[in-house]
Amino acid sequence: MDTGGRLTGRPQGLPAVGEGISVHRVMGTETEYGIIAPALPSANPTLLSSQVVNAYAATLREGLGNLAGTRWDYTDETPLTDARGFRMDRARAHPSQLTDEPPELDELTAEQIALERGEPTEAAVLMNLVLNNGARLYVDHAHPEYSSPEVTNPLDAVLWDRAGDSVAVAAMERIAATPGFSPVILYKNNTDSKSVSYGSHENYLVPRSVPFSKLAEALIPFFVSRQVICGAGRVGLGALNQDAGFQISQRADFFENEVGLETTVRRPIINTRDEPHAVAEKYRRLHVIIGDANLHEVSNYLKTGTTALVLALIEQGRAPVPVLADPVAALQSISHDASLSRTVQLTDGRAMSGLDLQELYCGAVTAALPPDADDQTRDVVERWQSLLATLRRDPMDAARQVDWIAKLSVLEAYRARDGLDWTDPRLALVDLQYADLRPDKGIYRRLARRGDVELLVGPADVARAVVEPPRDTRAYFRGRCIAEYPAEVVGASWDSLIFELPGERRLQRVQTREPLRGTAELTGALFDAAVDAEDFLSRLLSGPERRVAP
Amino acid sequence: MASQDRISTGGSTSGSEEELPEPAPAAPAAPAAQESSQTQGVDDLLDEIDGVLESNAEEFVRGFVQKGGQ
Repeated sequence: MDTGGRLTGRPQGLPAVGEGISVHRVMGTETEYGIIAPALPSANPTLLSSQVVNAYAATLREGLGNLAGTRWDYTDETPLTDARGFRMDRARAHPSQLTDEPPELDELTAEQIALERGEPTEAAVLMNLVLNNGARLYVDHAHPEYSSPEVTNPLDAVLWDRAGDSVAVAAMERIAATPGFSPVILYKNNTDSKSVSYGSHENYLVPRSVPFSKLAEALIPFFVSRQVICGAGRVGLGALNQDAGFQISQRADFFENEVGLETTVRRPIINTRDEPHAVAEKYRRLHVIIGDANLHEVSNYLKTGTTALVLALIEQGRAPVPVLADPVAALQSISHDASLSRTVQLTDGRAMSGLDLQELYCGAVTAALPPDADDQTRDVVERWQSLLATLRRDPMDAARQVDWIAKLSVLEAYRARDGLDWTDPRLALVDLQYADLRPDKGIYRRLARRGDVELLVGPADVARAVVEPPRDTRAYFRGRCIAEYPAEVVGASWDSLIFELPGERRLQRVQTREPLRGTAELTGALFDAAVDAEDFLSRLLSGPERRVAP
Repeated sequence: MASQDRISTGGSTSGSEEELPEPAPAAPAAPAAQESSQTQGVDDLLDEIDGVLESNAEEFVRGFVQKGGQ
């Protein structure tokens, strides 16, 4: 399909991935929220999650945006394709790995949900929404998930991730205000501290020319140690919460492998799912599953920013590769030591702490930084250096920037005031309620309102990011199609939009396989000029600027 | 970006607090006063969190059971 170069090919003037040491690259985040309805302890979590999606849809119907793209286009989903060059047998896969099939509501039928909504004749229950800001809000297994639109830098990643939290709050408030519904609470955390973990993933666009093994070898020690700058903190030790204590990471105890395809079982430090959501010959989408969900904006900023920098080092062949003797054990050992002094073994006989490893990567980035590095790249590097120096001096001095340290400060204050030991349920409650997204109840929210947290984005920016897509990726095209043509856009995915035009029997599928195309610069005027969806598609598909280069 | 939000840490303030004048910012604390003002800040914070923590911690935490995810 020829779209005059607006959706394909590489636009001039935009950075390609893999050029220079910089934080700029296509990236995005995914958050699976923890969910309960306290008054309904045995409620089906898939049902509760669908309530979140439908409640947000209700706010859209009332004028906060447009309801469209409720059907996800699964055509390009390949969750069983392994980056190491093979495909997993479908029959051998865990059912939760089959993310290319629409979710089913277990034994519950859509009709039952509609009845519980008191609207027995209403339209079908929604399990999926594509939002005006280019994000996806949907039911993923037993959790509501917000997947951010594609952005090009860490600050925008923070902004559109925060927008997801606002979406979650709007949905919660809508449910609470609906007669006949029991209030639902959403948590931005990663474990119930009983036996279960759920993810907050990051995605980074990487050129396919970089061998996967090169990514894995340099990223494993980086991810094992990254938690010291952006862990979210957890009360309880072990995947079954079998021991008392505090640890740096929510996720560390749930990882069992170094490299693998799974995300729900036998979790690996490096996930090999090869589902690029882009031109497969040119790109990989590195799917990072090891991170904690962050509330602190600085933690989130450094999580994505430092990872982008290390990816740039790898692409240039300049990344350090400190080979850990036992990466999974090292991940957990570092997480279990809030003093940051414990060391882990390398295969060359050295012993390094999590801070030592982070300093190694930060030093390599600093040495490779070009003199004309852009402002955001400089800002990330300077913050990384300064945070590591603070952690070296006294970790508790970084409570304004780092989630695990802010949480630990509150926990230690309780322990000091009330003489609590780590088995006290009040400490487990502080851990849980830290991540409660309700503005009045959430402890992080309270810290932020008191001014105890360093913020990077303002409330007005977040409010805008809830309804507007980033302008510099294909998310602009997706979001604006949803906003302009809600009646005609009947399906969507990361790399496609499906139009149903009145009077046409065939659906039109428009592919958006170049993440840096479909931008405001390339398509904004087209949206402005088109009088309706049909006109828009015809202008898009036969525009004056015919594509010349492939 | 700097927020002017004021949070009532008492239990029973109402909308009338909006009419009260903004208290003057505290003068920079002298070194001797700093530690006690820090302790005061922690006490205030814990009082505030005490006011919003779910009652019956043990039961609430036990009730937070999730099904697996990615």
